[in-house]
Amino acid sequence: MEISIRINGETVTRDVPPQTLLVHFIRDTPGLTGTHWGCDTSNCGACIVQIDGRAVKSCTQLAAMVEGHEVRTVEGLEVNGVLDPIQQGFHEQHALHCGFCTPGMMMASRSLLDENANPTDQEIRVAISGGICRCTGYKNIVAAVRWAAEYEAAQPSPTKQEV
Amino acid sequence: MQTPGPTSYQRARSVEAAIASLAEHGPGARVVAGGHSLIPMMKLRLASPELLIDINDLDELAYIRREAGLVRIGALTRHVDLLRSELLAELFPVFADAEQVIADPVVRNRGTIGGSLCQADPAEDLSGVCAALKADVVLQGPGGERVVNMSEFHVGPYMTAVQAAEILTEVRLAVRPGAGSAHEKLERRAGDFAIAASSVAVWIEGGTITDAGVALAAVGPVTIDARRAQEHLRGQVPSEALFEEAGRIAAEESMPMPDTRGPEDYKRHLVGVLTKRALRKATARALHQEA
Repeated sequence: MEISIRINGETVTRDVPPQTLLVHFIRDTPGLTGTHWGCDTSNCGACIVQIDGRAVKSCTQLAAMVEGHEVRTVEGLEVNGVLDPIQQGFHEQHALHCGFCTPGMMMASRSLLDENANPTDQEIRVAISGGICRCTGYKNIVAAVRWAAEYEAAQPSPTKQEV
Repeated sequence: MQTPGPTSYQRARSVEAAIASLAEHGPGARVVAGGHSLIPMMKLRLASPELLIDINDLDELAYIRREAGLVRIGALTRHVDLLRSELLAELFPVFADAEQVIADPVVRNRGTIGGSLCQADPAEDLSGVCAALKADVVLQGPGGERVVNMSEFHVGPYMTAVQAAEILTEVRLAVRPGAGSAHEKLERRAGDFAIAASSVAVWIEGGTITDAGVALAAVGPVTIDARRAQEHLRGQVPSEALFEEAGRIAAEESMPMPDTRGPEDYKRHLVGVLTKRALRKATARALHQEA
């Protein structure tokens, strides 16, 4: 069946079997392999993207179910060469080692800050609890999200990405 | 690599159209909402529907509202919206207790109450919550609506009273005076299956428990309606000794299987402890005291 999905503001149309998972629809699109495909069982969170601004595990949705909705992937964080504060925070706070969980961690964190500009460390930990990191542990990831929240709070106006 | 097997897909434009499609295609057709139970089942080939009928566009099924002595929850209401509902927090705080420990926040963005109940996983929390609250569910089929109480909803492991051409459209909760409720669960980590969970509701008038609901998850082949524990509580004055005994009875009523999450005696012990804690919290809420 032909499926059209808006991904990072661009419409992607492809003829795929109805059972195609969203994660594969995304990753089979040239330039969009940043969304990772990990455990396949909704546990690891490497595949997290935003659908209409809400974080969702893309291995547990069919692409067909998302037609007509807006998807944002990790590639959609950077705008015109400027990193999103979440990305900058991961860089500043050394919040990744192998990087496999990073796209999902970033999209879950972005969704958190979109709804709650000044989360507590506990709220950050809850927000990323749908993701699993097996390298660094979570301390630096929490620090990165905190860095991004503080960076955004210090900005005079809209570096915040409205969703 | 886990992928769902071949299927067909259609998007429902109305509840009536979805029911008509279910009736037309027979038991090979399945409704998909959040998809967070059905799609994993399809990946494991535990479910191989020939047709998926997607009801995510049916916004008319996504609501939480109070009407004439009832709170009505639409089947497509997402976990995140149950967690954040001020109405539920005020009247049935057991929902917020449970929603904080159901899967993880990302899964909660998508999963629905209707899907959770219809999946009828014996380890799932909302089935226990709705059973403890003695909720009714509305099942709509080709011939119209029927209302089924949660006490008659589960007919076996992963099996419910929902017939092939029916859709669960609404959960109904009666608003009664003196209500308090709570949910206690132990899990090894966020998103894991529960080791054990206990959902409790009490209705207290004039210092006496006039009615009680106790339901257990993850400790048997189905959600367990702990009827003897409820019977023991009814008509009694709340006390620590009463909660202890009700917990002991609930543990007797549980049917845990030993697995990697623990042996049978450990799980039974947990049922007693969790039920006692939930009763303590629910009673404090009913009496507007600190737990």
